[in-house]
Amino acid sequence: MNGWVLLLRMALRRDRVLIPAWVAVFVVVSFGSAAATATLYADPVQLAAAGHAVNATPALVALYGPVYDVTSLGAIGMMKMNAMGAALVGLLGLLLVIRHTRADEEVGRTELAAAGAVGRHAALAAGVGTAAIGVLAVSGLSAVALAAAGLPLAGSLTLGAAWAACGLVFVAVGAFAAQLATAARASRGIAVTALLAAYVLRATGDTSGPSWLTWASPVGWSQQMRAYAGDRWWPAAFALLAAAVVTGAAVLVEQRRDLGAGLLADRPGPAHGGPTGPLSLAWRLHRMALAGWAVGFVVLGFLLGSIASSVPQFLKGSSAAAEMIRALGGTDRLIDAFLATELDFTAVIAAAFAISLIVRLAGEEAHGRAEEVLATPTGRVPWALAHLGVALLGSALLIVMLGAAAGLARALATDDPGQLVSVAGASLVRIPAAWTMAALALLLYAASARAATWAWAALVGVVVLGEFGPLMRLPDWMQELSPYRHVPPLPGGDLEVAPLAVLLVLVAALVALGAALYRRRDITPG
Amino acid sequence: MTNAIEIDGLVKQFGAFRALDELDLTVRTGEVHGFLGPNGSGKSTTIRVLLGLLRANSGRVRLLGGDPWRDATELHRRLAYVPGDVNLWPQLTGGEVIDLLGRLRGGVDPSRRDKLIHKFELDPTKRARAYSKGNRQKVALVAALASDAELLILDEPTSGLDPLMEELFRECVQEERSRGRTVLLSSHILSEVEALCDRVSIIGKGRTVETGSLAELRHLTETSVDATLTGPVPDLAGLDLRDLDVEGFRVRCLVPTPALGALLARLGTVGIASLVSQPPTLEQLFLRHYGDQK
Repeated sequence: MNGWVLLLRMALRRDRVLIPAWVAVFVVVSFGSAAATATLYADPVQLAAAGHAVNATPALVALYGPVYDVTSLGAIGMMKMNAMGAALVGLLGLLLVIRHTRADEEVGRTELAAAGAVGRHAALAAGVGTAAIGVLAVSGLSAVALAAAGLPLAGSLTLGAAWAACGLVFVAVGAFAAQLATAARASRGIAVTALLAAYVLRATGDTSGPSWLTWASPVGWSQQMRAYAGDRWWPAAFALLAAAVVTGAAVLVEQRRDLGAGLLADRPGPAHGGPTGPLSLAWRLHRMALAGWAVGFVVLGFLLGSIASSVPQFLKGSSAAAEMIRALGGTDRLIDAFLATELDFTAVIAAAFAISLIVRLAGEEAHGRAEEVLATPTGRVPWALAHLGVALLGSALLIVMLGAAAGLARALATDDPGQLVSVAGASLVRIPAAWTMAALALLLYAASARAATWAWAALVGVVVLGEFGPLMRLPDWMQELSPYRHVPPLPGGDLEVAPLAVLLVLVAALVALGAALYRRRDITPG
Repeated sequence: MTNAIEIDGLVKQFGAFRALDELDLTVRTGEVHGFLGPNGSGKSTTIRVLLGLLRANSGRVRLLGGDPWRDATELHRRLAYVPGDVNLWPQLTGGEVIDLLGRLRGGVDPSRRDKLIHKFELDPTKRARAYSKGNRQKVALVAALASDAELLILDEPTSGLDPLMEELFRECVQEERSRGRTVLLSSHILSEVEALCDRVSIIGKGRTVETGSLAELRHLTETSVDATLTGPVPDLAGLDLRDLDVEGFRVRCLVPTPALGALLARLGTVGIASLVSQPPTLEQLFLRHYGDQK
């Protein structure tokens, strides 16, 4: 443990942008959602109807968890944020701890520190400490934001504590996963799989499965703290106990293993073969990530398709809503509008996949692997375009698979196989918007390797414009900066080809400009 | 074409920092050329300009008769490169990386590849993330040596290898030279350069401070002489000696190599009982120039 305070301070310094960025996003989204909730359900009858409707919709309960008190504005308004927020804070926790343990160890930085007057567990302690600080900062400040936006203080504090509890469990899970694999990517894969498994356990326990499954899940524990619906704090004890036990297990493994080694040994691979060119190399590097995303997108699509069918129930008992449905042209149109909104939003997430690939492309340059390829007859533009190609193909595939899964769920619910084609077809119109974000990321990378990460800021901007632009009544020109604003509202709406064509031309222009810039700049590692 | 690489007055600026300051370098076709310089003197930057990864601010650079920036793709068919700090794709095995780099260069000779893998005692089924620095370097070396490129650009290729592998590397480079390939070898290991290189360029702070064959460079420096005479040491004034140490009939000194003959003639007037003369080592050459910079 000797020296861990020093390492902790260094880790916090390295995260001086990352942690505040997560805090900022969480605080803004929490405050925004809480503030929007108050105006959404002014009438208690309507509120209760919405709550009952949620609890009667298995797909929604699976996705977000049940509403424990249908009279509580906070419980209904924060329904989406509750379990999702806990999982996201858990994600932050595991990413941070692996970043400061296995990732450092993999590249040899830990060895450098370990050779100094630093204890065997100092790096692990510093990593866990940093991640815990990140988790507590995000949860605590989000709780303050929720209360500041007008939700009850006690419930807001409970929700913050529930997020923190889940976060701390996954800090421990991350610390343990870091002991298993020798590569940070593999450790992250293991820990994220554990997080998804916890989410699925809770989803199953809350719906079709026995309810003890929920109690076997860290996400379940934080949800069972029932923020704004009783505010009970004792389930947090499970989380703290689990965090302590798993962290202890990580320490025990670290005690017994060599530096740089993991519990899971690498399997030997083929002695020959492998990628044959830049495109096949890019595919090889990204295919596992794409497979993981694809599984998530198919599950999400199926859930969204299932939820869509029960959307009209939410608005029962409200005359204003009945009016709105009539104005839209019936419940089918309402379902279409819901699907259109969700397809838009998931297409934003698909763009995140594409951006993550371009950011990894920048990593290839930073780690010096680019120059090994570029010292061969492979041109720099074809090399970058190979990665972009996988990003474009992958994001399009994700969008279509989600649309097809949602369409399948709709087809099963309505006994109308045509739904599969119409929803899957409707998802296609989002592809040019997602590609625009990918092309923007490529342009940023082409301008400078360090600028590639700015694409994340652009994506956050798109989310903010899409989610809060109309609420905050931002001027049209500002909202129209988002490519998703120009997507025709399918299914149900009219297919306008012109904006799609404009987006595709924009994609081509961004890529062409990127290629021109990329031809001119220096390629440097580090 | 007699020169594989011709660089005249190459300048590369990173912001306010002048990494290369009118650097000159000529590598003749078919020779093994040692490229020496302390850390941060610009060796890797020069190599990256040659590979078309960095754009020169000014100066004339010719590589295999072409422009390394404009004709990068074409020229890269004819060269192979081993970076100083080899990073591999962690999820690929060493064998897959060797095949990938070979295919990107336009094909692999399987028998040659297998021979080299065997020679360097490399396990090609291991994932790259499990390799040590030395083994990563072996992967890049095998890929480069297995190619039939006419120019090999090696940036400190043995910095992670053990002495046995270093010896093997020397054999391989000598074999390449006998096959008519040109090698640009950037290195810190002076014995390696001395053993392998036909000609040497020494750079410091982005400038070439010395270039030529080892014999030529030695000529510029001092030879150490340790002689025991049969009588008292004569007057040695006017010979520009350094570290002169006379002890009875014995004399030790450093003499500028061109003046060696004159010194021996002067000593011969008395009669020489024993004589040890040592040419300057590359180390002395090296230190002479780096000493100047400090």
